[in-house]
Amino acid sequence: MKKSWLALYAVAVYAFLYLPLLVLAVFSFNSSRFTQWEGFSLHWYGQALRDEQLLEATGNSLLIALASTLLATVVGTLAAYALWKKPSRWLSATLSVSLVTPEIVTGISLVALFQVAFRFFRIPLGMHTVVLAHVSFCLVFVVMVVLARLRTMDHSLEEAALDLGATPWQAFREVTLPLLGPGVVSAALLAFTTSLDDYVITSLVAGVDSETLPMVVYAMARRGVNPAVNAISTLIVLGLGVLILLSQKLESRT
Amino acid sequence: MNSASRRLRLFFLAPAWVVTVLFFLVPMGIVGYYSILTRGPYGGQALPLTAESYSRFVDPLYGEILLRSFWIAGETTLLSLVLGFPLAWFLARSGPRRGLYLQLVMLPFWTSMLIRIYAWVFLLRETGPINAALVAVGLIAQPLPLLYNHAAVLLGLVSISLPLAVLPMYSTLERLDYSLVEAAADLGARPWETIWRVVLPVSAPGLRAAAFLTFIPSLGTFLVSDLLGGGSTILIGNLVQNQFTTARDWPFGAAASLVLMAIVLGGLLVSLRRDEDLL
Repeated sequence: MKKSWLALYAVAVYAFLYLPLLVLAVFSFNSSRFTQWEGFSLHWYGQALRDEQLLEATGNSLLIALASTLLATVVGTLAAYALWKKPSRWLSATLSVSLVTPEIVTGISLVALFQVAFRFFRIPLGMHTVVLAHVSFCLVFVVMVVLARLRTMDHSLEEAALDLGATPWQAFREVTLPLLGPGVVSAALLAFTTSLDDYVITSLVAGVDSETLPMVVYAMARRGVNPAVNAISTLIVLGLGVLILLSQKLESRT
Repeated sequence: MNSASRRLRLFFLAPAWVVTVLFFLVPMGIVGYYSILTRGPYGGQALPLTAESYSRFVDPLYGEILLRSFWIAGETTLLSLVLGFPLAWFLARSGPRRGLYLQLVMLPFWTSMLIRIYAWVFLLRETGPINAALVAVGLIAQPLPLLYNHAAVLLGLVSISLPLAVLPMYSTLERLDYSLVEAAADLGARPWETIWRVVLPVSAPGLRAAAFLTFIPSLGTFLVSDLLGGGSTILIGNLVQNQFTTARDWPFGAAASLVLMAIVLGGLLVSLRRDEDLL
């Protein structure tokens, strides 16, 4: 009796979490531009996929996410390995603080940095500033995921390699890194989705040539009713959902 | 540690240090410096050094923003804990499928925050599905102003915070020794007594982590209050953004950022025990 009430309650919470997205998706297939159901249509998807600005922004987003994921994954994996070997209070503390820093604060601090960079080195805002910002906030996620994986891994193989005369680098490169593979990939996927999704920091450090997908979605959402936003949003949520499921699958495979 | 592994350690840690120093510590330092500069006549910031930007929080106008941020973050935390606890309990006690159920709770958290907020904008606006349905059923004659108020911001914050509150509560409840609950019941405790005097004290670490994970992001939010509050609910995050964009008073924006950071770090110190680390 009590158990079934609890299950009912759980269903209600799931509805609260999922229904808004579901309704959004349903209305992306509405042929009318108003919130009155007038029949199924892929019209808004067609419009979204022909939108030049949207396509360019998607390209930018993917490029930025790819570059920053690559950098953050390499830097983060190396750091996680070193931290696992011997903890560094200072680096861990700094990364933890960066994790809890509100996005808006990170964003304006980078605005201030890039303004200084422009004044003294004539470096303008653009794709590169967005990539650097993304590497910076993705780093801690990579370190967290890889470190968690290292802590649950079996390390007898690495010790065996060292005992048999491998250099520390060889032991890392030939033994630990291959075993760490799935953890690194899941960290990279997490960094990738985090980068793809960011609006607050990106909008502050982007130049005129580096408008991203979330920036377009934000601008459209502010302008008012346009079912094309629903269509793009549905596509983004589906894409991100697939990436996340993939990442969790990899993470659970120990 | 021999010299080869010391050199390797340096090589492994150096890139991460470069990134954190250059793109986190130095920017924060610049913000700290700007916060004690004087605002220039055309925006910008200049000497002399002054604490004026900080003293402006005594002004009721800005003090109110600070209080409002605390208030709404507190409401969000309370609601997320109260709504999340029964769910965490359900998850912890739902047998072999609990991993899947937990994933279902966390999935929305990992998918786009921007789009989840936009979904609420879409649902709540005057011409949105909720109002349309209520009018169609005949419950109301005119669409209700559901959007751009305190309640809308709170709703958005709770929907975003809930998964973050459930996760740590779930992990303590999962490890809870259920025989304690049975013992309490056998000894004649009523259900609420068991919850209040056995379950809650045992799951205190999870509750504390849940409170931190919901309070801090809510306190520093910009996007939720921006899209769902639409100017009606200005929080610290919006104040910071406004000072750096439209108002162009960087010293004041920087001071507001540091006030926010001080609160966040205070919360981090309070909620983390000495032996606990985030990383």
